[in-house]
Amino acid sequence: MALAKRIIPCLDCDKGRVVKGVKFVDIRDAGDPVEISRRYCEAGADEITFLDITASSEERDTTVETVSAIAGQVFIPLTVGGGIRTLEDIRTMLNAGADKVSINTAAVHNPEFVREAAQRFGSQCIVVAIDAKKVSAEGEPDRWEIFTHGGRSPTGIDAVDWARQMVACGAGEILLTSMDRDGTKAGFDLALNRAISDAVAVPVIASGGVGNLQHLVEGVQEGHADAVLAASIFHFGEYSIQDAKRYMAEHGITVRE
Amino acid sequence: MKRVAVIDYGMGNLHSVSKAVEFVGRQAGLTLEVSVTADPDRIRRADRVIFPGVGAIRDCMGEIRRLGIDRLVAEVSRDTPVLAICVGFQALMEYSEENNGVECLGLANGKVRFFGDPLIEEDGERLKVPHMGWNCVKQMLAHPLWEGIPDNSRFYFVHSYYIEAAPSEKVAGITHYGIDFAAALSKGNIFAVQFHPEKSQDVGLRLLRNFLNWEGAEA
Repeated sequence: MALAKRIIPCLDCDKGRVVKGVKFVDIRDAGDPVEISRRYCEAGADEITFLDITASSEERDTTVETVSAIAGQVFIPLTVGGGIRTLEDIRTMLNAGADKVSINTAAVHNPEFVREAAQRFGSQCIVVAIDAKKVSAEGEPDRWEIFTHGGRSPTGIDAVDWARQMVACGAGEILLTSMDRDGTKAGFDLALNRAISDAVAVPVIASGGVGNLQHLVEGVQEGHADAVLAASIFHFGEYSIQDAKRYMAEHGITVRE
Repeated sequence: MKRVAVIDYGMGNLHSVSKAVEFVGRQAGLTLEVSVTADPDRIRRADRVIFPGVGAIRDCMGEIRRLGIDRLVAEVSRDTPVLAICVGFQALMEYSEENNGVECLGLANGKVRFFGDPLIEEDGERLKVPHMGWNCVKQMLAHPLWEGIPDNSRFYFVHSYYIEAAPSEKVAGITHYGIDFAAALSKGNIFAVQFHPEKSQDVGLRLLRNFLNWEGAEA
């Protein structure tokens, strides 16, 4: 009877197509984000995150159309991230039907942007994405820094301090990705997730490194995550959303059935 | 044909609501004309009125008063079914603690209170604020808007302030998050919900369909 921990599949999209495609049984178009979102929604996903990795801004109109099409068919919360740099970008995505936007690099370049965005549109729709990497050496107390450009550029900013600062600016939720774990299938960086989740009042979504269902359980129980985000384990049909929910429920985690 | 007016007072994203209503209309084979509007005449002519809201209450109440939506909601709710959602629900109450205290419409008795920081569950667990995600709604009374929706169904919430309804009010549903609060309230032709039916998948769409089919309270 408690608030359910959320399971959020993430779609990486380039020019309106899901990168690498998604393997569902008898799906007509494995790269169509609208069809895939609908399938995930029917399968019991608690939210959808749509991450736009389209490089050129000219092609972003496609993204807006895609978001609008998803929002017309999928009635669970939809977060759109990637390339959100201005208040106008946020307005465009919300008008297209997104419920939340995820701000990443633009927040690092200008923290005040998050404050302005939260004031204008409300904290409930402002997610700050944090990409963090461990910088402490073996034997030292854990320390993580914010990285930009897909984990290539260090910023010198402490990840826990940064999370606190973003929440003070009005972030309503944190999407936390471990750049050490992203793509490894070795599980979340649980110490990182716990450090940030315990430091802020707002919900934290754990991301980066999910390789099996036990990782999702650990993310909640040891990483203190309020929601878990995963891409490949769902996309390639290794596990369904229902498999994940059943497994989490068996391990004592409240999920939406 | 049914005319549905989603009241637009300039506070954020109303597209989710109108898209969900249009979808439900198509599903149910209803002919709908859904408008997102602040035009008093359109709102008066509507067969169903939706009073949504997101963001900070002070800004919301400022726009509601500036546009005369306060009087309009009171007026149309006398003979038109009204569905208030999230901050729309909060705006119906007498007073909100948000933004150092804001007077609201007073169409229902009770207050809007902060969850608290920290918010601690009965078992000692620290709870995150905002209350964000899927939580159970216990139905406290039979109502046409609950038709076909199992008791304790999970709906999607996102809010940091909760409704503390006066004992005189008909609380239609309660949710527990640190404390019990009014997740739904029935007041004549008004049905008010703290959760987002437009984001609550099947049960939310069912509630919207029930609203379209509801002819309002019996006199």
